[in-house]
Amino acid sequence: MQRVPSFPPASECAGEEKRVGTRTVFVGNHPVSETEAYIAQKFCDNRIVSSKYTLWNFLPKNLFEQFRRIANFYFLIIFLVQVTVDTPTSPVTSGLPLFFVITVTAIKQGYEDWLRHRADNEVNKSTVYIIENARRVRKESEKIKVGDVVEVQADETFPCDLILLSSCTIDGTCYVTTASLDGESNCKTHYAVRDTIELCTAESIDTLRAAIECEQPQPDLYKSLGPENLLLKGATLKNTRKIYGVAVYTGMETKMALNYQGKSQKRSAVEKSINAFLIVYLFILLTKAAVCTTLKYVWQSTPYNDEPWYNQKTQKERETLKVLKMFTDFLSFMVLFNFIIPVSMYVTVEMQKFLGSFFISWDKDFYDEEINEGALVNTSDLNEELGQVDYVFTDKTGTLTENSMEFIECCIDGHKYKGVTQEADGLSQTDGPLPYFDKADKNREELFLRALCLCHTVEIKTNDAVDGVTESAELTYMSSSPDEIALVKGAKRYGFTFVGMRNGHMRVENQRKEIEEYELLHTLNFDSVRRRMSVVVKTQSGDILLFCKGADSAVFPRVQNHEIELTKVHVERNAMDGYRTLCVAFKEIAPDDYERINRQLIEAKMALQDREEKMEKVFDEIETNMNLIGATAVEDKLQDQAAETIEALHAAGLKVWVLTGDKMETAKSTCYACRLFQTSTELLELTTKTIQESERKEDRLHELLIEYRKKLLHEFPKSTRSLRKAWTEHQEYGLIIDGSTLSLILNSSQDSGSNNYKSIFLQICMKCTAVLCCRMAPLQKAQIVRMVKNLKGSPITLSIGDGANDVSMILESHVGIGIKGKEGRQAARNSDYSVPKFKHLKKLLLAHGHLYYVRIAHLVQYFFYKNLCFILPQFLYQFFCGFSQQPLYDAAYLTMYNICFTSLPILAYSLLEQHINIDTLTSDPRLYMKISGNAMLQLGPFLYWTFLAAFEGTVFFFGTYFLFQTSSLEENAKVYGNWTFGTIVFTVLVFTVTLKLALDTRFWTWINHFVIWGSLAFYVFFSFFWGGIIWPFLKQQRMYFVFAQMLSSVSTWLAIVLLIFISLFPEILLIVLKNVRRRSARRNLSCKKASDSLSTRPSVRPLLLRTFSDESNIL
Amino acid sequence: MTWSATARGAHQPDNTAFTQQRLPAWQPLLSASIALPLFFCAGLAFIGLGLGLYYSSNGIKELEYDYTGDPGTGNCSVCAAAGQGRAPPPRCSCAWYFSLPELFQGPVYLYYELTNFYQNNRRYGVSRDDAQLSGLQSSLRHPVNECYPYQYSAAGLPIAPCGAIANSLFNDSFSLWHQRLPGGPYVEVPLDRTGIAWWTDYHVKFRNPPLVNGSLALAFQGTAPPPNWHRPVYELSPDPNNTGFINQDFVVWMRTAALPTFRKLYARIRQGNYSAGLPRGTYRVNITYNYPVRSFGGHKLIIFSSISWMGGKNPFLGIAYLVVGSLCILMGFVMLVVYIRYQDQNDEDEDDE
Repeated sequence: MQRVPSFPPASECAGEEKRVGTRTVFVGNHPVSETEAYIAQKFCDNRIVSSKYTLWNFLPKNLFEQFRRIANFYFLIIFLVQVTVDTPTSPVTSGLPLFFVITVTAIKQGYEDWLRHRADNEVNKSTVYIIENARRVRKESEKIKVGDVVEVQADETFPCDLILLSSCTIDGTCYVTTASLDGESNCKTHYAVRDTIELCTAESIDTLRAAIECEQPQPDLYKSLGPENLLLKGATLKNTRKIYGVAVYTGMETKMALNYQGKSQKRSAVEKSINAFLIVYLFILLTKAAVCTTLKYVWQSTPYNDEPWYNQKTQKERETLKVLKMFTDFLSFMVLFNFIIPVSMYVTVEMQKFLGSFFISWDKDFYDEEINEGALVNTSDLNEELGQVDYVFTDKTGTLTENSMEFIECCIDGHKYKGVTQEADGLSQTDGPLPYFDKADKNREELFLRALCLCHTVEIKTNDAVDGVTESAELTYMSSSPDEIALVKGAKRYGFTFVGMRNGHMRVENQRKEIEEYELLHTLNFDSVRRRMSVVVKTQSGDILLFCKGADSAVFPRVQNHEIELTKVHVERNAMDGYRTLCVAFKEIAPDDYERINRQLIEAKMALQDREEKMEKVFDEIETNMNLIGATAVEDKLQDQAAETIEALHAAGLKVWVLTGDKMETAKSTCYACRLFQTSTELLELTTKTIQESERKEDRLHELLIEYRKKLLHEFPKSTRSLRKAWTEHQEYGLIIDGSTLSLILNSSQDSGSNNYKSIFLQICMKCTAVLCCRMAPLQKAQIVRMVKNLKGSPITLSIGDGANDVSMILESHVGIGIKGKEGRQAARNSDYSVPKFKHLKKLLLAHGHLYYVRIAHLVQYFFYKNLCFILPQFLYQFFCGFSQQPLYDAAYLTMYNICFTSLPILAYSLLEQHINIDTLTSDPRLYMKISGNAMLQLGPFLYWTFLAAFEGTVFFFGTYFLFQTSSLEENAKVYGNWTFGTIVFTVLVFTVTLKLALDTRFWTWINHFVIWGSLAFYVFFSFFWGGIIWPFLKQQRMYFVFAQMLSSVSTWLAIVLLIFISLFPEILLIVLKNVRRRSARRNLSCKKASDSLSTRPSVRPLLLRTFSDESNIL
Repeated sequence: MTWSATARGAHQPDNTAFTQQRLPAWQPLLSASIALPLFFCAGLAFIGLGLGLYYSSNGIKELEYDYTGDPGTGNCSVCAAAGQGRAPPPRCSCAWYFSLPELFQGPVYLYYELTNFYQNNRRYGVSRDDAQLSGLQSSLRHPVNECYPYQYSAAGLPIAPCGAIANSLFNDSFSLWHQRLPGGPYVEVPLDRTGIAWWTDYHVKFRNPPLVNGSLALAFQGTAPPPNWHRPVYELSPDPNNTGFINQDFVVWMRTAALPTFRKLYARIRQGNYSAGLPRGTYRVNITYNYPVRSFGGHKLIIFSSISWMGGKNPFLGIAYLVVGSLCILMGFVMLVVYIRYQDQNDEDEDDE
């Protein structure tokens, strides 16, 4: 940044040497000096646009987008061919369905875009305050211009990227959380530009005449988070009353907007299968057309076949080039057979997904009374993917656990304090003796509790303005970390209550209800590297004390050694029980020392360059030689039924990975508690601890990887196929890895070795039942997901998380599930589905996912089946009509077949079918394995359906063909023509495909009955109607009375019944056989299950000592 | 996409059977105990039907004669040879003699059959104007373009009826003579040329244009007959109710056949002594041989056939029913074996439960 004219360039926004790509911003849009001409630069306004369309461009743009889909484009081409070339069927037959599809999709997308517009407007129209001519002016957010001075108040988000000019605090700092940007929810300190710190009123800020020179907008979030006076749009102001900032980047140029990637289009495995089938069918179509064209010209090589006297060509036809004729013939055949690729399938699939997803949001099992919300479906494209999941990646805090911390116990000098029965507000109780198991020294005890009361960044929010001791019971604690609140509340339980800050003094009410005041000298904030925080306070008596609390590994090395042992035992036991532990230490600082410390701290704080590093160094120096007082244990309660859910997922053959930012011990114990690891699970560890022992990390890592792989390969010599079975019988393995080791594996060195590590690591991962990754950065979580996603066989991944730090993995995985947790809605908003609790995952996957998959897979197969049935007779007919592209069916039938006659039954089926009861699905997770790996859309089932269709199509055609080998079908000797032939085939076809669906339906609700029988009735009714009237708009009255005449023949009736029966006969046979087998199989299964559940019910609290004992000497 | 957020809001989901996917449902399981009796019943029923169909098909008599006139196949070969390569072929007639040792059970129908004639060719099939055939004045004067090259005559007059189908109307004619006693006179057997087309066709779909001064000929004034026709459409039959567009021969021809080998009904024999069938004796069919078929490798046949409740002679249905019926029963037995096997296993399991 550079202030003109009086200041030397400070180059905070732009490097001195990089002047080219910079922009100059005039603060308050005042010209800096009269001499310099004020050139109004063009910057974009502060509107955020996430919507795709406007009213004007919707139609062309949407159409363009839609026709970019291969299927739609194909149909468009077919339609255009029909319009231009002389084709057997009218353009209406393919135009109408296409029009329908395009319209429905356009309406849906238009509606979605309208919602986006509304969301944009919400942001763009939100009120902000801008300082104009020394007055606060209220404005809409979108009106902010670059150079405007904006006032932001506490807990508001910044409306654009701002340079912090001044804040209401004296030292010009403000606290900001960037949770929505990078997922880090802790407060970060930003500093105002030093020269403007004092300008903290509207009037004074308006007098500022300055220009800022900074870089052109660029998206690199991480690089640019550095500048300590740049406040990013989307971040939230915390703990600071208000700030003034000048807008430098607005609207779509803000870091957030540049980083915003529209949700990537996730495509489900089923959709990919559809495309594969499409290609197969396209190939069939082209083959058919090519075969027909070739045969046509072979057949026509006989002159009398080409042009018999009764069927003369027109002059034009004779003169057309043969090549051109062949080409148009080819196109005509394609048009004739194009129904083999059903337009309506896309509509039906879309409708199925759209309507089907309602069942998720409607499910009252997903309803959570606490938050008064049920499940939410953000995308309906992935319903079936829920039934295909191979890997589940779950966050720990807030997902497996409740993220509501509760103070459980503490230990003071090795004495355990636990279980105050009375609740915290019973202050009277504290006078009486607490049920200590045995007491520590009274002074130490009080010191410990004072430490808890002082060493934190908790703020107090009083419900009303009255600030007094009497209200202490009503105090609400606010903090970025729920642990701290738990600790403060814990201290309160033992009689020490933090009652707030006044004039920089922390006030604590002690057990005797006296107020003690401590002057807060310094706060050494928590950071994830040090993993501890400290405060320096001055007591009333003038002593200067430092209190420090932090992770055991961060505190133990900094205290006198002899104190550790007693506490350590407690800490370890607590960690094993799954509690989050913190150690508390203190030290007295001599006044002389304090002088030095104080100077160092202020120096570091004021440093312009490398401030972070300098402060870290100072902190490090201060926090040494402390005395350990004790430790605390805070419980992060497991979510309801988390363990059962994980067990069910395991039983369903899913691999569950826990990815957490938490430390290993806690995460591990949580994993035990939720039965991710069983007692029998052998843990393989790849952590900093196991690796740091040796000199060269990489060598050690390599050794370990090789060793583990050997172990696992020895255990599972076979391919992955037998793996599932192996799990139930063999030793189970679990893997623990932490963030730093992971990055070592992933990016160790760019030579061939790293690649090798990665593949070994993946081999190990794939053989483990459960994997725990701790100390993960948000980006690393996504990295892991991506790694697994790209494994051989591209397994389907699902991520579930609740916090902003899970967003990256939610977006990365195939299916992202957000938990509507305490850490805001960031995850839920970015997810594909969101549920209130982790336990809902069970039903979501096992029941909903399974059903959706079965439904849509059946839908897809059925659609291709019924259209092959439909078109095959038409193809066969070409052999009997001189390859003249004569359609077998009337145009109305061609059009209506997919739209009216056969569409509703399959739609109803695909919405309502429950081939297995929902209850059975949830209670028997093993059923989930049956459909894993896209089982119903593999080559086998596809071939089965295709052959079935081919068989039926052949039966339809040749059945009718042989039926027609007679003089007459009627008892009055009258003769039928070609349209009757087609109608018989068509009638058999409609009945067969509908009844085939009826055979497949296992769950007959009244809706199924209605649409199946209704469709058939409608077909009959329509045929009568269509044939009953001379339609004036038709050129040829082909169908006039054909249907009625057809039904007047007994032979036709008998033939129709027979052909339907023959077509369905194999299917019926198969079903009966299957049922006979299934019944006995199920009976066997249920017996086995009963005995299973008796023998191997895993215990809830596994014994952990074995795994922890070898670890305790590592510390 | 956030539709569900707004659609559902933060309300508690409705607890209805539909939303909870708990609609009462019939969950049929096609178990062996249901399927087996079904198989046997269906099998028996099919076999019964098949037998009925088979015997009634066998009971139908057919008598056919190929009069294409391939060299050395009878006296029609003369006509065939005469017509060779000449268009229009000269008028020629020939005859077919046959004798019936016993009564040909009636009612008897006379069909003609053409082979290798592609009435279902698309170019051929669209070459007609249904509006014209329904008697619409405007269409009579302006036939649709599909009729081309049989849309307008060389003189520029609209062709009525236009199109290739009409132009290629089958114009052989037959008359049947019966010699009761050897050496006796031949008596003409009356052929009923009406009632051979669909009732709805010649009453609704095909209509003559409105008469002009009570004359059909005047109604057709200003049109030309199709080039291959020897006489205009209003002279197809002397019977005023069977001429013009509603001539039943014509209507029958206009219902295009499904397959390249097809039969069309020519006449019904149901009058006088012949209502019960054709009595024994010698018969002669006089054939006016006009229609050239050899040029496209076709054949023409004349067929006498009786008819049963199931239509003409066609053993296919009967045989198919018999086969499927037996298959059903066979499968029933197979199923029974499988079922009993599994049943044994299940019994043991059931004892445990």
